[in-house]
Amino acid sequence: MRRAPTFSSPKLDMNPMVDMAFLLVTFFMLTTTFKMPQVLSVNTPASFADTRLPETDVIILSVSPEGQIFLDIDGKFTRQKLLARMGERYNIAFTDAERDAFGLLGGFGMPVEGLSSFLNLSPEQRKAVVQPGIPAGSAQNQLRDWLIQARLLNPAYRVAIRADRNLPYAEVDQLLQTLLDQNITRFNLITDPKVEKTTEP
Amino acid sequence: MNPRAIPSRLSDPDQAADRDARQQQPPVDMDMNPMVDMAFLLLTFFMLATTFSQPRTMEIVMPPKPDPQLELQEQPVKESKALTLILGTDNRVHRYRGITDPALESVAYGVEGLQPLLQRLNRDIPELVVLIKPLPDSRYENLVDVLDDLTLTGVERYALVAPSEQDLVLYKTALTRQTSTP
Repeated sequence: MRRAPTFSSPKLDMNPMVDMAFLLVTFFMLTTTFKMPQVLSVNTPASFADTRLPETDVIILSVSPEGQIFLDIDGKFTRQKLLARMGERYNIAFTDAERDAFGLLGGFGMPVEGLSSFLNLSPEQRKAVVQPGIPAGSAQNQLRDWLIQARLLNPAYRVAIRADRNLPYAEVDQLLQTLLDQNITRFNLITDPKVEKTTEP
Repeated sequence: MNPRAIPSRLSDPDQAADRDARQQQPPVDMDMNPMVDMAFLLLTFFMLATTFSQPRTMEIVMPPKPDPQLELQEQPVKESKALTLILGTDNRVHRYRGITDPALESVAYGVEGLQPLLQRLNRDIPELVVLIKPLPDSRYENLVDVLDDLTLTGVERYALVAPSEQDLVLYKTALTRQTSTP
Protein backbone atom coordinates (compact mmCIF):
# COMPACT_ATOMS: atom_id res chain seq x y z
CA MET A 1 0.00 0.00 0.00
CA ARG A 2 1.36 3.33 -1.04
CA ARG A 3 1.16 6.19 1.31
CA ALA A 4 -0.42 9.29 -0.05
CA PRO A 5 2.23 11.88 -0.58
CA THR A 6 2.02 14.65 1.99
CA PHE A 7 1.95 18.14 0.57
CA SER A 8 2.79 21.08 2.65
CA SER A 9 -0.10 23.51 2.25
CA PRO A 10 0.97 26.26 -0.13
CA LYS A 11 1.43 29.70 1.38
CA LEU A 12 -0.65 32.18 -0.50
CA ASP A 13 0.35 35.79 -0.33
CA MET A 14 -2.89 37.52 0.54
CA ASN A 15 -1.53 41.07 0.57
CA PRO A 16 -2.23 42.03 -3.05
CA MET A 17 -5.77 40.70 -2.73
CA VAL A 18 -6.34 42.62 0.49
CA ASP A 19 -4.99 45.72 -1.21
CA MET A 20 -7.42 45.33 -4.08
CA ALA A 21 -10.35 44.58 -1.80
CA PHE A 22 -9.77 47.65 0.32
CA LEU A 23 -9.23 49.80 -2.73
CA LEU A 24 -12.63 48.74 -4.03
CA VAL A 25 -14.23 49.16 -0.61
CA THR A 26 -12.91 52.71 -0.44
CA PHE A 27 -14.13 53.42 -3.96
CA PHE A 28 -17.65 52.18 -3.29
CA MET A 29 -17.79 53.87 0.10
CA LEU A 30 -16.95 57.21 -1.42
CA THR A 31 -19.29 56.87 -4.38
CA THR A 32 -22.29 55.65 -2.40
CA THR A 33 -24.76 58.28 -1.39
CA PHE A 34 -26.82 56.98 1.44
CA LYS A 35 -30.50 57.44 1.25
CA MET A 36 -32.03 59.50 3.98
CA PRO A 37 -34.58 57.55 5.98
CA GLN A 38 -37.96 57.95 4.35
CA VAL A 39 -40.32 59.81 6.61
CA LEU A 40 -43.30 58.84 4.54
CA SER A 41 -43.63 55.30 3.32
CA VAL A 42 -45.23 55.39 -0.08
CA ASN A 43 -46.43 52.44 -2.11
CA THR A 44 -45.50 53.58 -5.60
CA PRO A 45 -47.19 52.10 -8.67
CA ALA A 46 -45.23 49.66 -10.80
CA SER A 47 -44.16 50.24 -14.38
CA PHE A 48 -41.71 49.00 -16.97
CA ALA A 49 -39.97 52.37 -17.08
CA ASP A 50 -36.25 51.95 -16.52
CA THR A 51 -34.89 55.48 -16.53
CA ARG A 52 -32.89 56.01 -13.39
CA LEU A 53 -33.41 59.04 -11.24
CA PRO A 54 -30.45 61.44 -11.35
CA GLU A 55 -28.42 61.21 -8.16
CA THR A 56 -28.00 64.90 -7.56
CA ASP A 57 -30.11 68.01 -8.04
CA VAL A 58 -33.41 66.31 -7.42
CA ILE A 59 -36.47 67.48 -5.56
CA ILE A 60 -38.62 64.53 -4.56
CA LEU A 61 -42.26 65.18 -3.83
CA SER A 62 -43.71 62.29 -1.86
CA VAL A 63 -47.46 62.12 -1.71
CA SER A 64 -49.33 59.89 0.73
CA PRO A 65 -52.64 58.23 -0.24
CA GLU A 66 -54.36 61.00 1.72
CA GLY A 67 -52.64 63.66 -0.34
CA GLN A 68 -50.11 64.90 2.23
CA ILE A 69 -47.05 66.23 0.47
CA PHE A 70 -43.53 65.69 1.78
CA LEU A 71 -40.55 67.44 0.26
CA ASP A 72 -37.05 66.06 -0.07
CA ILE A 73 -34.57 68.49 -1.56
CA ASP A 74 -31.10 67.35 -2.51
CA GLY A 75 -28.01 69.32 -1.46
CA LYS A 76 -27.16 70.22 2.12
CA PHE A 77 -25.88 73.73 1.47
CA THR A 78 -28.69 74.62 -0.91
CA ARG A 79 -31.15 73.50 1.75
CA GLN A 80 -29.54 75.76 4.33
CA LYS A 81 -29.77 78.76 2.01
CA LEU A 82 -33.27 77.75 1.03
CA LEU A 83 -34.48 77.84 4.62
CA ALA A 84 -33.14 81.35 5.04
CA ARG A 85 -34.95 82.41 1.85
CA MET A 86 -38.19 80.84 2.97
CA GLY A 87 -37.77 82.56 6.34
CA GLU A 88 -37.54 85.92 4.58
CA ARG A 89 -40.58 85.10 2.50
CA TYR A 90 -42.70 84.15 5.50
CA ASN A 91 -41.14 86.60 8.00
CA ILE A 92 -39.70 83.89 10.20
CA ALA A 93 -36.14 84.31 11.46
CA PHE A 94 -34.43 80.94 11.49
CA THR A 95 -31.35 80.60 13.68
CA ASP A 96 -28.05 79.17 12.43
CA ALA A 97 -28.65 76.02 14.45
CA GLU A 98 -32.02 75.57 12.81
CA ARG A 99 -30.49 76.05 9.40
CA ASP A 100 -27.81 73.46 10.14
CA ALA A 101 -30.48 71.05 11.31
CA PHE A 102 -32.44 71.67 8.14
CA GLY A 103 -29.33 70.98 6.09
CA LEU A 104 -29.10 67.53 7.64
CA LEU A 105 -32.81 66.84 7.46
CA GLY A 106 -34.12 64.39 4.89
CA GLY A 107 -37.71 64.61 3.76
CA PHE A 108 -40.08 66.77 5.75
CA GLY A 109 -43.74 67.62 5.67
CA MET A 110 -44.15 70.56 8.00
CA PRO A 111 -45.68 73.91 7.17
CA VAL A 112 -43.15 76.75 7.40
CA GLU A 113 -44.74 78.07 10.60
CA GLY A 114 -44.16 74.79 12.44
CA LEU A 115 -40.71 74.17 11.02
CA SER A 116 -38.81 76.18 13.63
CA SER A 117 -40.03 74.19 16.63
CA PHE A 118 -39.71 70.96 14.62
CA LEU A 119 -36.04 71.64 13.84
CA ASN A 120 -35.26 72.32 17.51
CA LEU A 121 -36.22 68.76 18.40
CA SER A 122 -33.66 66.00 18.44
CA PRO A 123 -33.71 63.57 15.49
CA GLU A 124 -35.30 60.92 17.70
CA GLN A 125 -38.03 63.25 18.87
CA ARG A 126 -38.72 64.29 15.29
CA LYS A 127 -39.62 60.74 14.37
CA ALA A 128 -42.48 60.84 16.85
CA VAL A 129 -43.94 64.02 15.38
CA VAL A 130 -46.85 63.44 13.03
CA GLN A 131 -46.09 65.73 10.13
CA PRO A 132 -49.18 67.14 8.46
CA GLY A 133 -47.64 67.61 5.01
CA ILE A 134 -46.76 70.79 3.17
CA PRO A 135 -49.78 72.96 2.42
CA ALA A 136 -50.36 73.01 -1.33
CA GLY A 137 -53.99 73.99 -1.52
CA SER A 138 -55.34 77.05 -3.28
CA ALA A 139 -55.65 78.99 -0.01
CA GLN A 140 -51.96 78.87 0.85
CA ASN A 141 -49.60 77.12 -1.50
CA GLN A 142 -46.35 76.78 0.41
CA LEU A 143 -45.19 74.04 -1.92
CA ARG A 144 -45.10 76.57 -4.73
CA ASP A 145 -42.84 78.87 -2.70
CA TRP A 146 -40.50 76.01 -1.78
CA LEU A 147 -40.19 75.06 -5.43
CA ILE A 148 -39.73 78.64 -6.63
CA GLN A 149 -37.03 79.40 -4.06
CA ALA A 150 -35.25 76.10 -4.59
CA ARG A 151 -35.16 76.60 -8.34
CA LEU A 152 -33.91 80.14 -7.93
CA LEU A 153 -30.99 78.82 -5.88
CA ASN A 154 -30.28 75.95 -8.25
CA PRO A 155 -31.96 76.05 -11.67
CA ALA A 156 -30.74 72.53 -12.41
CA TYR A 157 -33.22 70.99 -9.98
CA ARG A 158 -35.41 68.24 -11.40
CA VAL A 159 -38.75 67.46 -9.85
CA ALA A 160 -39.66 63.83 -9.21
CA ILE A 161 -43.06 62.75 -7.95
CA ARG A 162 -43.25 59.77 -5.63
CA ALA A 163 -46.95 59.39 -5.18
CA ASP A 164 -48.92 56.53 -3.70
CA ARG A 165 -50.74 54.26 -6.12
CA ASN A 166 -54.06 54.84 -4.40
CA LEU A 167 -53.86 58.60 -4.53
CA PRO A 168 -57.02 60.02 -6.15
CA TYR A 169 -56.30 61.72 -9.45
CA ALA A 170 -57.83 64.99 -8.22
CA GLU A 171 -54.83 65.38 -5.89
CA VAL A 172 -52.39 64.50 -8.66
CA ASP A 173 -54.02 67.09 -10.88
CA GLN A 174 -53.65 69.77 -8.22
CA LEU A 175 -49.97 68.92 -7.88
CA LEU A 176 -49.44 68.95 -11.64
CA GLN A 177 -51.12 72.36 -11.89
CA THR A 178 -48.76 73.71 -9.21
CA LEU A 179 -45.82 72.46 -11.25
CA LEU A 180 -47.16 73.70 -14.58
CA ASP A 181 -47.88 77.13 -13.08
CA GLN A 182 -44.14 77.49 -12.62
CA ASN A 183 -43.34 76.13 -16.05
CA ILE A 184 -42.00 72.89 -14.66
CA THR A 185 -43.08 70.85 -17.65
CA ARG A 186 -40.50 68.09 -17.43
CA PHE A 187 -40.58 65.87 -14.41
CA ASN A 188 -40.22 62.27 -13.35
CA LEU A 189 -42.70 59.86 -11.85
CA ILE A 190 -41.00 57.41 -9.52
CA THR A 191 -42.27 53.87 -9.98
CA ASP A 192 -41.44 50.39 -8.78
CA PRO A 193 -39.85 48.21 -11.43
CA LYS A 194 -42.27 45.68 -12.87
CA VAL A 195 -40.64 42.37 -13.69
CA GLU A 196 -43.02 40.16 -15.58
CA LYS A 197 -45.15 41.24 -18.46
CA THR A 198 -48.38 40.11 -16.90
CA THR A 199 -51.39 42.01 -15.77
CA GLU A 200 -52.06 42.21 -12.10
CA PRO A 201 -55.10 40.29 -10.89
CA MET B 1 13.09 37.67 2.87
CA ASN B 2 14.80 36.82 6.05
CA PRO B 3 14.73 39.93 8.22
CA ARG B 4 17.94 38.84 9.84
CA ALA B 5 19.72 39.46 6.57
CA ILE B 6 19.19 43.19 6.90
CA PRO B 7 22.45 44.61 8.05
CA SER B 8 22.16 46.36 11.35
CA ARG B 9 22.77 50.06 11.15
CA LEU B 10 22.41 50.56 14.84
CA SER B 11 25.53 51.62 16.57
CA ASP B 12 24.27 51.15 20.11
CA PRO B 13 25.31 47.67 21.20
CA ASP B 14 22.53 47.47 23.79
CA GLN B 15 19.85 48.13 21.26
CA ALA B 16 21.41 45.78 18.77
CA ALA B 17 21.41 43.04 21.39
CA ASP B 18 17.79 43.75 22.22
CA ARG B 19 16.89 43.51 18.54
CA ASP B 20 18.74 40.25 18.17
CA ALA B 21 16.86 38.80 21.10
CA ARG B 22 13.56 39.73 19.52
CA GLN B 23 14.56 38.28 16.21
CA GLN B 24 15.18 34.95 17.81
CA GLN B 25 11.43 34.48 17.93
CA PRO B 26 9.87 33.12 14.75
CA PRO B 27 8.38 35.86 12.52
CA VAL B 28 4.75 36.56 13.36
CA ASP B 29 2.50 34.90 10.85
CA MET B 30 -0.63 36.97 10.70
CA ASP B 31 -3.78 35.27 9.59
CA MET B 32 -5.16 37.53 6.92
CA ASN B 33 -8.31 35.55 6.25
CA PRO B 34 -10.67 37.30 8.69
CA MET B 35 -9.57 40.63 7.34
CA VAL B 36 -10.11 39.48 3.79
CA ASP B 37 -13.53 38.23 4.79
CA MET B 38 -14.44 41.59 6.26
CA ALA B 39 -13.10 43.47 3.28
CA PHE B 40 -15.13 41.44 0.84
CA LEU B 41 -18.21 41.67 3.00
CA LEU B 42 -17.97 45.44 2.98
CA LEU B 43 -17.20 45.38 -0.70
CA THR B 44 -20.32 43.38 -1.48
CA PHE B 45 -22.45 45.59 0.73
CA PHE B 46 -21.34 48.81 -0.89
CA MET B 47 -21.58 47.37 -4.38
CA LEU B 48 -25.17 46.32 -3.82
CA ALA B 49 -26.03 49.56 -2.08
CA THR B 50 -24.85 51.63 -5.03
CA THR B 51 -26.61 49.73 -7.78
CA PHE B 52 -29.98 49.45 -6.13
CA SER B 53 -30.36 52.81 -4.50
CA GLN B 54 -31.52 54.78 -7.52
CA PRO B 55 -35.24 54.31 -8.12
CA ARG B 56 -36.68 53.84 -11.59
CA THR B 57 -38.63 56.72 -13.02
CA MET B 58 -40.89 57.57 -15.85
CA GLU B 59 -40.05 60.80 -17.59
CA ILE B 60 -42.97 63.05 -18.40
CA VAL B 61 -42.92 66.17 -20.51
CA MET B 62 -46.06 68.22 -20.47
CA PRO B 63 -46.83 71.21 -22.65
CA PRO B 64 -46.65 74.55 -20.87
CA LYS B 65 -49.89 76.23 -19.97
CA PRO B 66 -51.30 78.35 -22.81
CA ASP B 67 -50.09 81.89 -22.35
CA PRO B 68 -52.66 84.56 -23.36
CA GLN B 69 -49.88 87.06 -24.07
CA LEU B 70 -48.02 84.78 -26.43
CA GLU B 71 -51.27 83.70 -28.08
CA LEU B 72 -50.04 80.16 -27.84
CA GLN B 73 -53.17 78.18 -28.37
CA GLU B 74 -53.77 74.53 -27.70
CA GLN B 75 -53.60 72.52 -30.88
CA PRO B 76 -56.87 71.10 -32.14
CA VAL B 77 -56.80 67.36 -32.75
CA LYS B 78 -58.07 65.78 -35.96
CA GLU B 79 -61.13 63.72 -35.23
CA SER B 80 -59.98 60.74 -37.27
CA LYS B 81 -56.75 60.49 -35.33
CA ALA B 82 -58.12 60.92 -31.84
CA LEU B 83 -58.53 58.18 -29.29
CA THR B 84 -59.93 59.15 -25.92
CA LEU B 85 -59.23 57.10 -22.82
CA ILE B 86 -61.35 57.91 -19.79
CA LEU B 87 -59.79 56.46 -16.66
CA GLY B 88 -62.65 55.29 -14.52
CA THR B 89 -62.98 54.51 -10.86
CA ASP B 90 -63.39 50.78 -11.46
CA ASN B 91 -59.80 50.12 -12.61
CA ARG B 92 -60.89 50.07 -16.22
CA VAL B 93 -60.28 52.32 -19.17
CA HIS B 94 -63.28 53.60 -21.06
CA ARG B 95 -62.33 54.51 -24.56
CA TYR B 96 -63.93 55.98 -27.63
CA ARG B 97 -62.72 56.92 -31.08
CA GLY B 98 -63.36 60.28 -32.68
CA ILE B 99 -65.15 63.19 -31.12
CA THR B 100 -68.61 63.82 -32.56
CA ASP B 101 -70.16 60.37 -32.33
CA PRO B 102 -68.54 58.63 -29.40
CA ALA B 103 -69.39 55.05 -28.49
CA LEU B 104 -67.85 54.09 -25.20
CA GLU B 105 -66.22 50.71 -24.69
CA SER B 106 -64.39 49.61 -21.60
CA VAL B 107 -61.13 47.67 -21.47
CA ALA B 108 -58.71 46.61 -18.77
CA TYR B 109 -55.15 47.84 -18.41
CA GLY B 110 -52.09 45.95 -19.49
CA VAL B 111 -51.29 43.09 -21.84
CA GLU B 112 -54.80 41.73 -22.22
CA GLY B 113 -56.72 44.96 -22.60
CA LEU B 114 -55.18 48.24 -23.53
CA GLN B 115 -51.91 47.14 -25.08
CA PRO B 116 -53.21 45.15 -28.09
CA LEU B 117 -55.75 47.90 -28.76
CA LEU B 118 -53.12 50.62 -28.73
CA GLN B 119 -50.80 48.50 -30.84
CA ARG B 120 -53.48 47.99 -33.50
CA LEU B 121 -54.57 51.60 -33.57
CA ASN B 122 -51.01 52.87 -33.61
CA ARG B 123 -50.29 50.69 -36.65
CA ASP B 124 -53.48 51.60 -38.51
CA ILE B 125 -53.68 55.29 -37.81
CA PRO B 126 -50.69 57.45 -38.59
CA GLU B 127 -50.10 60.17 -36.02
CA LEU B 128 -52.53 58.72 -33.54
CA VAL B 129 -53.26 61.14 -30.73
CA VAL B 130 -54.32 59.65 -27.42
CA LEU B 131 -56.22 61.89 -25.04
CA ILE B 132 -55.96 60.67 -21.46
CA LYS B 133 -58.80 61.91 -19.33
CA PRO B 134 -58.53 60.68 -15.74
CA LEU B 135 -61.66 61.19 -13.67
CA PRO B 136 -61.02 63.02 -10.39
CA ASP B 137 -61.62 59.91 -8.30
CA SER B 138 -59.59 57.52 -10.44
CA ARG B 139 -56.34 56.39 -8.89
CA TYR B 140 -52.80 57.56 -9.60
CA GLU B 141 -51.83 53.99 -10.41
CA ASN B 142 -54.26 54.04 -13.34
CA LEU B 143 -52.48 57.01 -14.85
CA VAL B 144 -49.10 55.31 -14.50
CA ASP B 145 -50.52 52.14 -16.05
CA VAL B 146 -51.81 54.03 -19.07
CA LEU B 147 -48.56 55.90 -19.52
CA ASP B 148 -46.71 52.60 -19.26
CA ASP B 149 -48.95 50.96 -21.86
CA LEU B 150 -48.47 53.94 -24.17
CA THR B 151 -44.69 53.77 -23.85
CA LEU B 152 -44.63 50.02 -24.39
CA THR B 153 -46.75 50.19 -27.53
CA GLY B 154 -44.73 53.08 -28.91
CA VAL B 155 -47.51 55.66 -29.08
CA GLU B 156 -45.71 58.97 -29.27
CA ARG B 157 -48.48 61.54 -29.10
CA TYR B 158 -50.56 61.66 -26.01
CA ALA B 159 -51.93 64.36 -23.78
CA LEU B 160 -53.37 64.61 -20.33
CA VAL B 161 -56.68 66.41 -20.60
CA ALA B 162 -59.39 67.20 -18.11
CA PRO B 163 -62.62 65.32 -18.93
CA SER B 164 -65.34 67.44 -20.53
CA GLU B 165 -69.02 67.50 -19.58
CA GLN B 166 -69.76 65.21 -22.50
CA ASP B 167 -67.22 62.69 -21.24
CA LEU B 168 -68.76 62.63 -17.79
CA VAL B 169 -72.23 62.05 -19.24
CA LEU B 170 -70.87 59.27 -21.44
CA TYR B 171 -69.15 57.65 -18.51
CA LYS B 172 -72.25 57.78 -16.35
CA THR B 173 -74.49 56.27 -19.02
CA ALA B 174 -71.94 53.53 -19.65
CA LEU B 175 -71.85 52.71 -15.95
CA THR B 176 -75.63 52.53 -15.63
CA ARG B 177 -75.79 50.34 -18.73
CA GLN B 178 -73.21 48.01 -17.18
CA THR B 179 -75.09 47.70 -13.92
CA SER B 180 -78.51 47.23 -15.56
CA THR B 181 -77.32 44.46 -17.91
CA PRO B 182 -75.08 42.19 -15.87
